[in-house]
Amino acid sequence: MAYDKFNILTSSAVPLPIENVDTDQIIPARFLKATERKGFGDNLFRDWRYNSDDTPKEQFVLNNPIYSGKILVGGKNFGSGSSREHAAWAVYDYGFRCVVSSFFADIFRGNCLNIGVLPVQVSPEFLDKIFKAIEADPKTELEINLPEQKITILATGESESFDINDYKKGNMLNGFDDIDYLLNIQKDIEKYAESTPL
Amino acid sequence: MSKTLFDKVWDSHVVKHIENGPDVLFIDRHLVHEVTSPVAFLGLKNRGIKVLYPERTFATADHNTPTRNQHLPVKDPLSANQLKALEENANAHNIPYWGLGHKKNGIVHVIGPENGITVPGATIVCGDSHTSTHGAFGAIAFGIGTSEVEMVLSTQCIMQPKPKSLRINVNGELSEAVTPKDVALFIISKLSTSGATGYFAEYAGDVFKNMSMEGRMTVCNLSIEMGARGGMIAPDETTFEYIKGREYTPKGKDWDAAMEYWSTLYSDDDAEFDKEVTFDASEIEPMITFGTNPGMGIGISKDIPLAETIDGSPATYKKSLEYMDYSEGEAMVGKPIDFVFLGSCTNGRIEDFRAFASIIKGRKKADNVTAWLVPGSHKVEAAIREEGILDILTEAGFELREPGCSACLAMNDDKIPAGKYAVSTSNRNFEGRQGPGARTLLASPLVAAAAAVTGKVTDPRELMQEEVLA
Repeated sequence: MAYDKFNILTSSAVPLPIENVDTDQIIPARFLKATERKGFGDNLFRDWRYNSDDTPKEQFVLNNPIYSGKILVGGKNFGSGSSREHAAWAVYDYGFRCVVSSFFADIFRGNCLNIGVLPVQVSPEFLDKIFKAIEADPKTELEINLPEQKITILATGESESFDINDYKKGNMLNGFDDIDYLLNIQKDIEKYAESTPL
Repeated sequence: MSKTLFDKVWDSHVVKHIENGPDVLFIDRHLVHEVTSPVAFLGLKNRGIKVLYPERTFATADHNTPTRNQHLPVKDPLSANQLKALEENANAHNIPYWGLGHKKNGIVHVIGPENGITVPGATIVCGDSHTSTHGAFGAIAFGIGTSEVEMVLSTQCIMQPKPKSLRINVNGELSEAVTPKDVALFIISKLSTSGATGYFAEYAGDVFKNMSMEGRMTVCNLSIEMGARGGMIAPDETTFEYIKGREYTPKGKDWDAAMEYWSTLYSDDDAEFDKEVTFDASEIEPMITFGTNPGMGIGISKDIPLAETIDGSPATYKKSLEYMDYSEGEAMVGKPIDFVFLGSCTNGRIEDFRAFASIIKGRKKADNVTAWLVPGSHKVEAAIREEGILDILTEAGFELREPGCSACLAMNDDKIPAGKYAVSTSNRNFEGRQGPGARTLLASPLVAAAAAVTGKVTDPRELMQEEVLA
């Protein structure tokens, strides 16, 4: 299924300066029972965001109205743990289109790329600058420029480049997905399959 | 050119390489469960396509199934709906389905090896990060997201950049009461939960050579907890002995042909790894975790480390201890506990129940402990009965449940209540993993058994010593 195209995103950002944010925090397992991909944003960071009686925990960043935007900025090793793509769906469904961290867990990074959320890995120093810029001004904007593979803190002009492979970059820019690609080379796949016993 | 074990298996499965992009990797066997597959099947429906190779696909129900009264309809309507969706999807696409009550039903990573679906040199994926378990057989096995489940259902391929290689050597002999779980928790405590991210691990050295297949599965299972996509062990006589004669393994001439291939599956002597680490087995003691990620583990006789001595953010570390209601510098031994969970794809096999029973035998469950003992499959359950382990458990005041993932991720009713402590043989101690507010101490079946009979964190070596003295 094709997804949203991603080109240049300029937005304020929501800071989550915690390390090792795992996918059980992003979306707890008890919310994985749906058979369709909808409504996961309501339970994003469920147990950090709500008390057991469903009242909001006021100190949690998503419940603080001064923070908003389409970019989520997390601490090192973001998205570790379970392979549940529901975590990436929850991030997307809540309204984020980009996650910035100094380090991502592999499966979460791949899941994001597969649904059109851009994971941007920056240096620990640059991540720190972003957190400080948001602390100074919660409305401060970041520019994520995918064609140039560059992230900029607009208020200070500080920027850093980020990596993404050409294939995935093309997919993100055009909103293509891997299955379209794979279906186009199905003959090659079938030929390979004939040569390999079950 | 010399190659690693991983190179040999990966390279032979590349259908196509994309320059400055991923490889198109052919998947030999695809395991499917109820939680991460429905949206993928929906994707196929929307595209109007069928599963390309249903004979390479196997489906089971495990994640949100009850562990009591499985013969009755599932009460939770959302779980029931997901199970129904899997059954319908499997039927519509001619995929073998081992649902609740089926004699081959169980946790996906337990039943794959048990039925011979898992073989050396294969590529195996599943929408579950603990798919790394199957690497114990010298397969490349790893967890995938739902978009990738859809890719494999529709084209039998996924697109992945080739990971870097890491070799983890553990040499020497393990001490008393040190199990494969302790070896894995020890390695993760040294590398951290992100230390192997971007890598695919190979485990080598005396300790793994001398380990049983079930032990190797426990180790490979936990590869993901240090960030590695997967981990593998070169197949040897132990491997071939284990798989021979199982339902889906090759037979007759096919077996001979397969053996010819499998016997080439090892890292060449001069193969180079991107990273290599070596540990001495004698350094490892029975392990237990004290925090909220699997890297926060220590030898059971040690104290909780001080924030100033750890790598990483002190704020994150303190938040973690606060969640556990533990303090820096405290001893773990003697801490009261409320629950014990024996089970999961990490430690839900017959050897785990044997180990647990070895401590329980002749003792009684502590009154303050609620214990959930959940076999990984019906075959494990049958072995527990046949070997007389059930009698030992019953006599000590324990009850055996029916197979499933259970309290490992608490999708069903097996939830540890908020604030309670559980010594768990599972794989993750994340906040709320075993139920909202639950506090998890990861450990081996021996440590779990010692806690179950004493009601507190206890070094199993003490109890084993008592036995010797008696």
